[in-house]
Amino acid sequence: MREYNKLIFECSVAGRRAYSLPRADVPSYELPQNLVRSEAAELPEVSEPDVIRHYTNLSQKNYAVDLGIYPLGSCTMKYNPKINEEAARMPGFAEIHPLQPVETVQGALQLMWELENMLCEITGMSAFSLQPSAGAQGEALGLMIIKAYHQYRGEDKRKKIIVPDSAHGTNPASASMVGMDVIEVKSNKEGSVDLDALKAVMNDEVAGLMLTNPSTLGLFETNILEIADIIHEAGGLLYYDGANANAIMGITRPGDMGFDVLHLNLHKTFSTPHGGGGPGAGPVGVAAHLADFLPIPVIVKKQGLYDLEYDRPMSVGKLKSFYGNFGVLVRAYAYIKTMGAEGLKRVSELAVLNANYMKEELKEYYELPYEQTCMHEFVLGRLKINPYGITTKQIAKRLLDFGLHPPTIYFPLIVSEAMMIEPTETESLESMEEYISALIQIAKEAVENPQIIKTAPHNTPVKLLDEVAAARNPVVKWQKEDTKD
Amino acid sequence: MFPYLPATLEDEKVILNRLGLNTADEVFQHIPDTIRLKKELKLEQPKSELEVEGILKNLSGRNLDAGNTPFFLGAGIYDHYIPSTVRFAVSRSEFYTAYTPYQPEISQGTLQVIFEYQTMICELTGMDVSNASLYDGASAAAEAALLATDSTRRKQILVSETVHPDARRVLSTFLNHQNVELVTVPMREGVTDLEAVKNAVSAKTAAILIQTPNFLGYMEEIAEVEKLIHQNKGLLILSVDPISLGLFKSPGEWGADIAIGEGQSLGNSMSFGGPGLGFMACTKSLMRKMPGRIVGQTKDAEGRRGFVSTLQTREQHIRREKATSNICSNQALNALAASVYLTTMGKRGLQEVARQCYDKSHYAASTITASGKYRLAYEKPFFKEFPIISTVSSERIQNTLLHKGIIGGYSLNRDYPELENGILYCVTEKRTRQEIDVLTRILEEMA
Repeated sequence: MREYNKLIFECSVAGRRAYSLPRADVPSYELPQNLVRSEAAELPEVSEPDVIRHYTNLSQKNYAVDLGIYPLGSCTMKYNPKINEEAARMPGFAEIHPLQPVETVQGALQLMWELENMLCEITGMSAFSLQPSAGAQGEALGLMIIKAYHQYRGEDKRKKIIVPDSAHGTNPASASMVGMDVIEVKSNKEGSVDLDALKAVMNDEVAGLMLTNPSTLGLFETNILEIADIIHEAGGLLYYDGANANAIMGITRPGDMGFDVLHLNLHKTFSTPHGGGGPGAGPVGVAAHLADFLPIPVIVKKQGLYDLEYDRPMSVGKLKSFYGNFGVLVRAYAYIKTMGAEGLKRVSELAVLNANYMKEELKEYYELPYEQTCMHEFVLGRLKINPYGITTKQIAKRLLDFGLHPPTIYFPLIVSEAMMIEPTETESLESMEEYISALIQIAKEAVENPQIIKTAPHNTPVKLLDEVAAARNPVVKWQKEDTKD
Repeated sequence: MFPYLPATLEDEKVILNRLGLNTADEVFQHIPDTIRLKKELKLEQPKSELEVEGILKNLSGRNLDAGNTPFFLGAGIYDHYIPSTVRFAVSRSEFYTAYTPYQPEISQGTLQVIFEYQTMICELTGMDVSNASLYDGASAAAEAALLATDSTRRKQILVSETVHPDARRVLSTFLNHQNVELVTVPMREGVTDLEAVKNAVSAKTAAILIQTPNFLGYMEEIAEVEKLIHQNKGLLILSVDPISLGLFKSPGEWGADIAIGEGQSLGNSMSFGGPGLGFMACTKSLMRKMPGRIVGQTKDAEGRRGFVSTLQTREQHIRREKATSNICSNQALNALAASVYLTTMGKRGLQEVARQCYDKSHYAASTITASGKYRLAYEKPFFKEFPIISTVSSERIQNTLLHKGIIGGYSLNRDYPELENGILYCVTEKRTRQEIDVLTRILEEMA
C-alpha cells in the first residue's frame, strides 16, 4: 500500500465541503457587529470522501488491541468487547442530557446505582462515587477524602502521605495536587514495603499511605495486614491504587485487606477501551466511615425511584461537571453483567497464570530481579548476555519489527532497564508464545547481530523518531508556511 | 467458557504444568489465608450476549432521549448535530483500542490526530498553543487557574458569577486544596459587573475567569476586563463555547492568556454529561507550564515528518510530585471526535452551524416573548441560550412541557434564585421552526 503522509490541512481546497445542514427555516437576525470575529477560523475545506480517507489512512498507522497483543504492564490492555460499544451508543444512553428531569433518566441512574453496588461487592468497600474521569482524578478525590476525614476529626496537621518508591508517578503528583507532602519509602529486596522504613516515618502528621497491591512489580504485598496495622495505629488511612486490580477479582478484596479508600480504573480491569489515551473512568470506593465525604451529587434510591442528592454537608465537593464519564460506565456495567462472579474470578486466575507462564519462559534470557510468583504482571531487567550493551529501549523498538507492542519500559523506576509485561487474560497461549519467541530471538540477535537491534525499527510507518529535537524546538501546530516547500 | 477468554482447559494444563501447579488456585497460595475471599462474589450469574443486550436495551429504553424528543436544554451540554463521519472515525478500533502513544513509531495515527486537533483548537481560539485535551470544561477551568497561580506566583483567582456553576464548584474544590483564594465577582444585568471587577482586581490577583457566552447565554464585555486584569499583570482566562467561535471573536482577539472550554459540542454525544473533553490553549509564553499532553512535530531517522509526545518534562511520569498536573491521559477519543467534526464542518460549516443556532434561538426568544407573558431576563446580545422569566412557576412549565413530550430548558432556581421562575432555553441548529412554534404555543396556553 502507498505511504500516506498528509495533514488534513494539506488536503484542503477552497470551496469543498463535507457537511450538509437543513435549509434555514427561520428569519435571519442581526449580529452585534462589535462581537463578530474578524476572520473565520482556518478549518479544512474537504469533501466527505476526503474526510473518510484521511482518518482511515491515519487509523492504519496505529497499533491497537484489535490488531494483536499489547502487553503494557500496569495498563491492562485487555480485549474490549463489542457489545459494550453497542450498548454505549444506544440512544437511551448516548442521547440523554445530564440535566433533564430525573424521572426521564431512571434507566441511567439505575445503571449507575447498580454499578456502584457491584463495585462495592468486588472490592469490599461500602460506597462508591463514579464521578472521577480517570485514575488520576480518582487519586486526587481519594486524597481529598482522606484530608477531609482528618480535618473533620480536628487533625488538620495530617498532610503527609507516604508513597513507596515503586509507585506510579501519578501518586505523588496527585498528592501535590491536593496540597499534601509526599514521603517516599524504600522497597526491601523482595520488592515489598520495608516495614522498618515505614515505621520510621510514622508520626502524627501522617495522613495515610498510598499503595498499589499487587505492586507495580506485579508482586502481592503479603505483609499488607501488618502495613495496615502500622498505618491505622498511627491514626492514618490506607489508600488503594486500583491500577492492578485485574489480579485480584474474586481472590481477595482491598476492603478485607484493611484499605479505607480506593480507586479503580474501569478502562483497565473492566474492559472499557483506552481510546488512544482516554476517556477512562476512575471511580472511588470508601469504607463506611468515609461515605459522607464522597463528592456531590450522590445517587440515592427512595421508594423505588432513583434521585441525585446534593445536600451533603460533609462532601468534599465537586470534581468534574455532572456525574462521571457515563459512556464508560455503561461499558463496564455490561462487562460485569457478562462475566458475573464466576467470570471475573476466572479473569484474574488466567491473567495471573499467563503472566507467570511468560515470566518462566523468559527468565532464562532476561534478568528477573524478583523471582517469586508474580500476579498479573512481572518485571524483567536487562538481557542476561549482552556483550554489545543493548538497551531496553532498543529491545522495545526491535519488537516493533515483529508487529508486536513492547511492554512498559523503564518503569518501575527501582529496576534498571525495566520491562514490565502484562499479557492479560484475553491473550491465548499461541499469542504469548509468539511474543516469547520474539523476545528470545532478540536475545539471540543481541549476541549475533546487534546492529539489527540498534537500528530498529525497520518495518514501521516511520523510523525512529527524534524526540529530543521535538522538545528542543517545539512545533505543536501546523502553519501554512510549514508546507510550502 | 467465556467468549473473551481464549484459554481452553488444555491450554490451562500446559501453563499449570510449566509452573508446577495442579490448579489455578495454587498460583495465589502466597496470599495470606486470612484475606483470601472464601466465598463467591455476590454478583449475578454470567450472561450471554443476548441477555446482556436485553438488560441494556431495557435500561436505555427507560430514558427519554433527544432522538425522540425535542430538547431545549443546554446549560453546558448541548444537543448538536453529529455528522456520520464522526461516528465512523471513532468506531475504528485502530483508534479506540489503542492506548497512549508510548511508542510513537506505531502510534502515528493517534499522534497526528492530536497534532491536527491542537492546530484546529489554536485556529478556533486564536491562541498560540493547545494541549491534547483535558477531562472536561470544568477541570480545564481548575487547571487553567492553577497554571495562572503557578506562572504569576500569586494566590488569588477571580471568577465571575456568570461562569457555569459546576465549573465554579470544581474550581473551588481544587483551589481549596492549594490554598488559593477564590473570589466570586457578582453579575449585573446578566453579565459580569465591571465595577466589581475594578474593585476586585489587585496586585494579588493571578487571573480572572470569564465565560462568554456566559452561563445565561449572554455575550460578556471582555475589552474592559482585559484592560483591568492586564494593567495589574494578572492573566485573562476565557471560557468559550467552541461553536460560538464560528461567529464571534476568539479569545485570542480579546487578548486572553488562556482559553478553555467544554468541547462536547464538537461531535461528541451528550452521553448524560460525559465523556466530553476540556480544551485548553494558551500564549506561547505559558507553553512550558501548561498541564496535559502536547504533541509535537519531528523527523524520523530518514528525514520523514512524524509526531511525538513532547515537552514531557512537565508531566507526572517524569516530574512526579513536581509535575504541572497529575493528569496522565487526555480525552483522546473525544478529541478525535472533535477533530473529525471540525474537519467535516470545515471553515464554512462551523459558521453556518453557529449562524443557525443564533438565528433559531433569536427566533425562539422573539416568539416566546411576543405575547408579553414571558420576557427575556435582560435585553443583551446572546448566542444560543437565553433566560426567560415569567409569573408562571418554572416547575409547572417544565412539567407541562414534559407531559407534552418536550424537554424544556434548565430551571435557574437553584443557581440564580433572583431570576424569578427563570428558565434557560437552548436552541441549537437541530431544532426546527415547527418545534419552536409548538414550544411557544404550549407556553402561551399556560400563562
